[in-house]
Amino acid sequence: MRWGVIVFPGSCDDQDVFDALKRDMGQKVKFLWHKDDLVGHFDCLVLPGGFSYGDYLRCGAVARFSPIMHGVVEFARQGGLVLGICNGFQILCESGLLPGALVRNAGLQFVCQQVMLRVEETDTPFTCEAKKGQLFKIPVKHGEGCYYADPATLERLRKNHQILLRYVDAKGRASPSANPNGSLDNIAGVCNETRNVFGLMPHPEGACNMLLGSEDGRKIFSSIAAACAQREHRHA
Amino acid sequence: MRDERAAQFTQPLVTSEVVASHGLTPEEYRKIVKLLGREPNHTELGVFSVMWSEHCSYKSSRHYLKRLPTEGPLVLQGPGENAGVVDIGDGLAVAFKMESHNHPSFIEPYQGAATGVGGILRDVFTMGARPIASLNSLRFGSIDHPRTRYLLSGVVAGIGGYGNCIGVPTVGGEVYFDECYDANILVNAFTLGIAKKRRIFTGVARGVGNPVIYVGSKTGRDGIHGATMASESFSEEKEQRRPTVQVGDPFTEKLLLEACLELMETDCIIGIQDMGAAGLTSSSSEMAGRGGTGVELDLSRVPLREQSMTPYEILLSESQERMLLVAKKGTEDEVKEIFDKWDLDAVVIGRVTDDRQFRALFHGVEVACIPISALIKEAPVYQRPVERPKLQDQLEQLDLSNIAEPTDLGSTVKLLIGSPNIASKEWVYRQYDYFVRSNTVVAPGADAAVIRLKGTEKGLALSVDGNSRYCYLDPYVGGALAVAEAARNLACVGARPVGLTDCLNFGSPENPEVMWQFSQVIEGMRDACIALKIPVVSGNVSFYNETDGVPIYPTPTVGMVGLIAKVAKVVTPWFKAAGDVVVLLGRTREELGGSEYLKIVHGLVKGTPPWIDLRLEQAVQSCCVAAIEKGILRSAHDISDGGIAIALAECCISGPEKPLGVRIDMREMIRGDALLFSESQSRIVVSVAEENLQQLREVAAEHHVPMQVIGAVGGTSFVIQPLMRLPVDELRAIWSAGMTSRIK
Repeated sequence: MRWGVIVFPGSCDDQDVFDALKRDMGQKVKFLWHKDDLVGHFDCLVLPGGFSYGDYLRCGAVARFSPIMHGVVEFARQGGLVLGICNGFQILCESGLLPGALVRNAGLQFVCQQVMLRVEETDTPFTCEAKKGQLFKIPVKHGEGCYYADPATLERLRKNHQILLRYVDAKGRASPSANPNGSLDNIAGVCNETRNVFGLMPHPEGACNMLLGSEDGRKIFSSIAAACAQREHRHA
Repeated sequence: MRDERAAQFTQPLVTSEVVASHGLTPEEYRKIVKLLGREPNHTELGVFSVMWSEHCSYKSSRHYLKRLPTEGPLVLQGPGENAGVVDIGDGLAVAFKMESHNHPSFIEPYQGAATGVGGILRDVFTMGARPIASLNSLRFGSIDHPRTRYLLSGVVAGIGGYGNCIGVPTVGGEVYFDECYDANILVNAFTLGIAKKRRIFTGVARGVGNPVIYVGSKTGRDGIHGATMASESFSEEKEQRRPTVQVGDPFTEKLLLEACLELMETDCIIGIQDMGAAGLTSSSSEMAGRGGTGVELDLSRVPLREQSMTPYEILLSESQERMLLVAKKGTEDEVKEIFDKWDLDAVVIGRVTDDRQFRALFHGVEVACIPISALIKEAPVYQRPVERPKLQDQLEQLDLSNIAEPTDLGSTVKLLIGSPNIASKEWVYRQYDYFVRSNTVVAPGADAAVIRLKGTEKGLALSVDGNSRYCYLDPYVGGALAVAEAARNLACVGARPVGLTDCLNFGSPENPEVMWQFSQVIEGMRDACIALKIPVVSGNVSFYNETDGVPIYPTPTVGMVGLIAKVAKVVTPWFKAAGDVVVLLGRTREELGGSEYLKIVHGLVKGTPPWIDLRLEQAVQSCCVAAIEKGILRSAHDISDGGIAIALAECCISGPEKPLGVRIDMREMIRGDALLFSESQSRIVVSVAEENLQQLREVAAEHHVPMQVIGAVGGTSFVIQPLMRLPVDELRAIWSAGMTSRIK
């Protein structure tokens, strides 16, 4: 399969995603420049973390107008897999590919720490290799990661099983103290209704090697790889 | 070509008041007139004032800085460039430097600290190195001072705001509180970058006719005379200086970083330099100085934020996120194309000349013409008077028999572990992205930070250290201890030092007592560097850290870099498993002078700091590294502020998992408080699995290091026989809340 990592001006974790996929996961990866059109075949596009356009207007608000985003929206509409991490999640929300919004952390400060996540759904291409209720240790690092959606949207997310990851404590409980940023319902990651676009605040690319303290992030990338292999198999 | 604007522009007259307001002495002015063979015009006066400022010329410190050893087999670039460079094998090199941003951070903490980070990042990537890790050393006034909370929150947010946005992890640092910084805080920022050994760039202007290209942000009126401000002391009216603090734009710097590194992959660049202190003036003249050339600038081509700026303002602006480069003639379009891609300005504003003059034109009219040598080589060098402070003898006197030993040493441990300088700094470092670039193996909170080097088995360890109370009591010993402790921090994770950078923060050099402190600190650092074989590859001096005539404690901060052969073998300070044996490497002596204990418990800053035997220090460090490389150790932690009792408590409670208890039984023929809180040097507390104890004994014997089994890990209590038994959960709670509870 082929991965594309989109580089916006101000992307910071683009190289991290690239290295995790290539060095730790042995995947084929290519950088894509935001000013270019999306050309070529890709199975999964990753919008990495960072501070696109300095986060100056509102996180992700300017990047959604980058030329490549037309191609990304079209790619998603046709069922292509899109993964947004941190700032990438914010861009996906701004561009309407994912519901809800990410606002200033409840504590008003930037937060960098390891968090525990609970896998809530496994019938998605992003979590198919995990077990329901499985715990991941993955770092977060953001100033605006508090997930917000209006009550109707939140209800729809629950009903459609679109909440894929929640912040939990070491025992797997979604308690207020386990929530690093005040996200509604401890939400750490959501997918769209058609389950091919996924955004999360934690950084799975920072948890793909035991030297960094965890390999749990690999499960997300390996799920995507497995889902793509299965798709190809079906098409063949 | 003369035009209207040039006709409108007239230079103000240079009077003796104008000279004085530029911080130049009458003798210095006479020297300028002699060098020029005429009176300078107002623009030229401005140029001289910044180039001859303490900040740019090191006029008071240069004489002493020469004493520091700067050479070593691995040193590729020593002091004098934008950053020092050291060979780390595999065709790779690291560039690093530390710089102060003290005055701006006190005036406007967020922007002052942010632009400090921005400046040091540029110093590193201008060498062709991609920044991969930052550290900082922060000193604030007493935690209870009404202004401390505002300054602390602002500085920390500023460092995070800039570093996080540009995507360089802040992997470690130190935060200290002391009354001596009440009105003069210290913000020292360190950055390390990685480069290919054969692709190091320097700030040099060569090749007559080569274009001088301005890249990055536009020039505004911010920061004019920042270098001069940093060369003055504070008094009440300095509060009015806010406009001399620059405003940072990390997003633009991120673009500038990527554009410069992309350009460095091509063959266009002759030399490149950051426009830092004294902006366009210092970058262009220093580049010409190193190249033995001249430079001619057309100021009307400089991209401006405000159209009516004068040549004086353009030359002296310290607007951030700007670089100056000299490119090969004919590559202008290639340079422009790369900067276009990143939406940045790249404008040819001048050329390299062969007449060794610094020449500036403004709409066709020459507004400054100064020999380069007058700005650089001829800058004054002072050998200022030195005098041992009259109070020094009194400071050194400490009679322990007058100091009552606390009856409840357990309570004393609790008091110390919750005191602001020892308590957890998580509140600070969780505001920094210490993870970006996915290299962080040991995060903030350990003796040293460790990052891996992707594509190799190696790692780098980084630490920053300096105890100013020691330097106040004995600047020679304090200087040596700053170097020794930074190196010991590296040893505790298994790294061997390859080089250091320093920030030397002192009061006014015009005060002979301050100059005595400065000269003594340098001698102490020198002796430690020689003994431990660590070259000084870059650094910075910050004088005039005083308010209304009262200087801060002499504060050298040492940033040190170490190499780890196999990063997978790294150990961390905290205990790992019940049943492990706890061992002390080194010896405890009755040394309470200058200790945290004496300050916190008895309110005393007195006595002589702990003595150091540099040979033993070297042996202890080598022993620890050897044991880590052999894979014997489970943990290693340097014993410093608060002594062995605090070091042991930290081993129990500072890890990411649940705290572990310990049971200690140690004997020395000294009083109890000295046994627990003495800050004797050259000590490391380690833990080993019982089956490895014999092997550790052999390694210690080989290195002639005294070692003593002092206890075992296990249980839920912190026990020191027969003095105390404290629940580790309680200790952790006190330690975690110690700092935050006093700033909220």
